[in-house]
Amino acid sequence: MSNLIQPSSARENALIMNRFDLTKRLVSKLHAKEAVIGGIGNNNFDLWANGQRPENFYMLGSMGLTIPIAFGVALAQPDRRVFALEGDGSLLMQLGALGTVARSSIKNLTMIIFDNGMYQITGKQPTLTNSCVDLVSIAQGSGITQSCWAKDETHFEKLIEEALTKDGPHFIATRIDDKTPVASTDRDPVKIRLGFMQALSLNQ
Amino acid sequence: MTTDNLSKSQQETWYEIVLRVLKSNDVSLITYVPDKVLAPLIKVLHADPYFTVIAPAREEEAIGIITGSYMAGLRGITLMQTSGFATLANVLASLAVPFQIPVLMMISERGTLGEFQVGQAIVCKTMRPVLDTLGIENYAIERLGDVEFIVDNMVKQAFATQAPAAMILSPLLTKRTAQN
Repeated sequence: MSNLIQPSSARENALIMNRFDLTKRLVSKLHAKEAVIGGIGNNNFDLWANGQRPENFYMLGSMGLTIPIAFGVALAQPDRRVFALEGDGSLLMQLGALGTVARSSIKNLTMIIFDNGMYQITGKQPTLTNSCVDLVSIAQGSGITQSCWAKDETHFEKLIEEALTKDGPHFIATRIDDKTPVASTDRDPVKIRLGFMQALSLNQ
Repeated sequence: MTTDNLSKSQQETWYEIVLRVLKSNDVSLITYVPDKVLAPLIKVLHADPYFTVIAPAREEEAIGIITGSYMAGLRGITLMQTSGFATLANVLASLAVPFQIPVLMMISERGTLGEFQVGQAIVCKTMRPVLDTLGIENYAIERLGDVEFIVDNMVKQAFATQAPAAMILSPLLTKRTAQN
């Protein structure tokens, strides 16, 4: 008998979708100056490619810190909804952040996970989600009760609508393909920070 | 009790001064990974409703949280010990320094002046070279009389210049005070 724990059927049954398309669906529903923190690499590239909203922050390094940064923004501005876009490899680096978020009972934070089971940008090496690790199970085990796999695009949109109307924290995991991002972010850290800060202070 | 001891007993402790100076500079978000030396500071911060106190799993996470809060208008500081600082080179080099984030760090200095853990004694040697290599302002606080001046001015400079700052709590301050 194998000791390897199999991923949940929910993950297995989730449709494999596309990061750019899902990001587009998310952005199309944001009408209240919601903040979006794009994780390292492809996650913020496809956010950038979906129109450079001033309320977007593009994380250029510090792999694993998308959720902590988004959590900090959410703490500082409890009346603004905040979204973190994170990859499977990145989240695996900082799993403790899920417990930190859960314990805080923060209401205005949603974490969206793009899981393609690989370190896509460095050559598609498999991550742990490619074999035995289920990120929704980990989120639930960390105390984030509103955690689930998006079954398909329609379900993803429904989950986003819930995140925009109900108290969080929310954890929405998606399975995605290995398509390259549509564009890449201009890498000017100070410009990114100043634009983001200006957008957040103007719309507080 | 001698006159000297009497006046000392009436003085504010280092951690009471730190709390007061953080307040006067509007630093109200505290993220920390605990340490025995920091314990009395952590205790008074938790007890004061002015502060939002978050204890994440790792120091990197703690830095990420105060980075986000700063960009959204809330000032924070991360408390850690020397070995925790040793986990931060990448986040400081890729987030705090290039994005020009005034990440405040208060680091209790382990590994020197009576350390009993060999690992602490070794990793301690990496702290100042990392801070200096990254060009991060850092000062050790060694005397009670310097606490207010150093903390107040480092906090003000960090926000005025959008630069990280490391306030190092030397055993000369924390260990000697504890023994007195």
